[in-house]
Amino acid sequence: MDWSFIQKFTPMYVEAAWLTLVIGTLGIVLSIAIGLICALVKYYKVPVARQIVAVYIELSRNTPLIVQLFFLYFGLPKAGILLSSEACGVIGLAFLGGSYMAESFLSGLKSVNDVQLESAESLGLRRWQIMRYIVLPQAASVSIPALAANVIFLLKETSVFSAVSLADLMYVAKDLIGMYYNTGEALTMLVAAYLVIILPISIVFSILERRVRRAGN
Amino acid sequence: MAEHIIDIDHITKRFGDNTIINDLSLSVEQGEVLVLVGPSGCGKSTLLRCINGLEPIQGGSIKLHGEPVEHGKPSLYKVRQKIGMVFQSYDLFPHMTVMKNITLAPLKVQNRSKDEVTEKAMALLKRVGLDGKADSYPSELSGGQKQRVAIVRSLIMNPDIMLLDEITAALDPEMVHEVLNVVLDLAKGSETNSGGTTMMIVTHEMAFAEAVADRVVFLDGGVIVEEDTPQEFFHHPKTERAQRFLQTFTYSR
Amino acid sequence: MQGIEVLFMGNNMLRLLDGLWVTLRLSLISIALSLVIGVFVGALMLVKNPVVKVMCRVYIEIVRIMPQLVWLFIIFFGITKMTKINLSGETAAVIMLTIWGASEVGDLVRSAFQSIPSHQFESGLSLGLSRPQLYFYVIFPQALRGLVPDIINLSTRMIKTTALVSLIGVTEVLKVGKQIIDANRFEFPNAALWVYAEIFLMYFIICFPLSLLSRKLTKKRGE
Repeated sequence: MDWSFIQKFTPMYVEAAWLTLVIGTLGIVLSIAIGLICALVKYYKVPVARQIVAVYIELSRNTPLIVQLFFLYFGLPKAGILLSSEACGVIGLAFLGGSYMAESFLSGLKSVNDVQLESAESLGLRRWQIMRYIVLPQAASVSIPALAANVIFLLKETSVFSAVSLADLMYVAKDLIGMYYNTGEALTMLVAAYLVIILPISIVFSILERRVRRAGN
Repeated sequence: MAEHIIDIDHITKRFGDNTIINDLSLSVEQGEVLVLVGPSGCGKSTLLRCINGLEPIQGGSIKLHGEPVEHGKPSLYKVRQKIGMVFQSYDLFPHMTVMKNITLAPLKVQNRSKDEVTEKAMALLKRVGLDGKADSYPSELSGGQKQRVAIVRSLIMNPDIMLLDEITAALDPEMVHEVLNVVLDLAKGSETNSGGTTMMIVTHEMAFAEAVADRVVFLDGGVIVEEDTPQEFFHHPKTERAQRFLQTFTYSR
Repeated sequence: MQGIEVLFMGNNMLRLLDGLWVTLRLSLISIALSLVIGVFVGALMLVKNPVVKVMCRVYIEIVRIMPQLVWLFIIFFGITKMTKINLSGETAAVIMLTIWGASEVGDLVRSAFQSIPSHQFESGLSLGLSRPQLYFYVIFPQALRGLVPDIINLSTRMIKTTALVSLIGVTEVLKVGKQIIDANRFEFPNAALWVYAEIFLMYFIICFPLSLLSRKLTKKRGE
């Protein structure tokens, strides 16, 4: 192991990890918003919107992120829509993640049974109040494990961002391998960087999940 | 003659080709306790659900104080505040404490003050013998306790009428008693509510029905077959169908 | 916006389909290998020995925590460097997909068997079935019913993941697409839009029916 190499290029990795985290977070937050909206559309069976959501979910789930990104980054400019790499990363991740989040939210919403809804209704609660006070809190605790799994899945998916020239961790690693042939060091730092990002999150989530499960009964 | 709380006027309810309620009319007066009995599938639970607008009806009208109850109408929530309903299954919100369960609707729907609602909730909990359980979660309560909380949750809205849909059917036998006592107590009325609570009750507990009812309505096949005072109905049923229905109970006792 | 003709010019369509076949071939080989190794891993996890169990768990978790692309880089660049064996991109791809796939299959096999209630074993034995008979007639059929939809689902994930191999220079469908775009840069400046739309659609046409099938089987299982 060439420690001076590692020392020299650590700042590059830190910067790249930061970029991965920022774009990843933005994409994930957006995908949660999209997912929630799509889940509500399906839950309330909103006409027309419901069909659109169904098509979106299938398109998103049955194509690879890298193809989605290539279409956004290389294809769309030809139709006059120019997106920066960063924008592509965020939009691509949100497009992919939205469908996964939607399904997780929906299964949570559906887990709240009819009697709950009817007794809330018969207390005179409005539709939005039932959603806010009765359905969402219960759905959230059911959905959290699946949502957490999605977050980790999406964080890992950010690794393909380098394909649309985002200077993320993969990009830096590939660059260093190509330039200096210090493959071992470059890859070790790559693995370390992903561990630093993903490991704490996955540990926090599994603790959270255990707690939620305990509170559930 | 006392004021009518509920006016049901020639309603019909169908599920597909099945007619559950057939051209039925019925009124409930202020302070009256009306018990609906009949064989299972006779439409009595469906009738309660229609009164609360949980089910659409295919004909006729239901009015609460002259205001129509229409399923799916956006303003339905206003009428519903005046109708309390307790279901067979324990339907407390599992993620809220007993106190939160009770105060949610008065705070969010009626916009009442937190102090007043909390105080009232405590008083009602005391009345049903659960004043120590305000901070418990539903999962920590027995079935009978849950149903008593569910009754309080409806009562605190100061409803014009309470609809009780087989509230003891899912309970263990030992717990039936404590819940029915609460209902009997409500029917008698208290110092604050001298007239007693207006109620429509669906039940299979015939002794309880006789004790609590001002009037018994016997439903079969979606129509009212017999309607009388409890003394008359239980001891001198007039129709053959009512006689047969009551016999099934005496035998099983 | 025009330029869709580029897809139908010369043998462009055939070349894309050829590229797609490379993707599918890699996926299919990897799925097959994953199944064989994964069943073995799953069986190991059901063994009572705690050391074996923990080792399998560690294998699965280590594979899971890293992005597949990182694994691909480690195998393609790292192994080559360390062992001085020059792996082709395709071989590296199959190795990565198999290591990953086998861990997922292993976990699926384990949970499929563990979800079979213990009274199934007991009542089978009390009927006088021998152990092989018990497994053959009672346990395997039930485990398989739970397993098949999950395996199909995993296959779509494998096919989607195979798209990554273009990043280590394998000439699969994305790479072919790029070649076509480059070759037609002047004649059809809009080629990228249509080529990538086409590839997007190709993946969808392959994965969507598999997803539907998996969902259908899952529903059936629930009944």
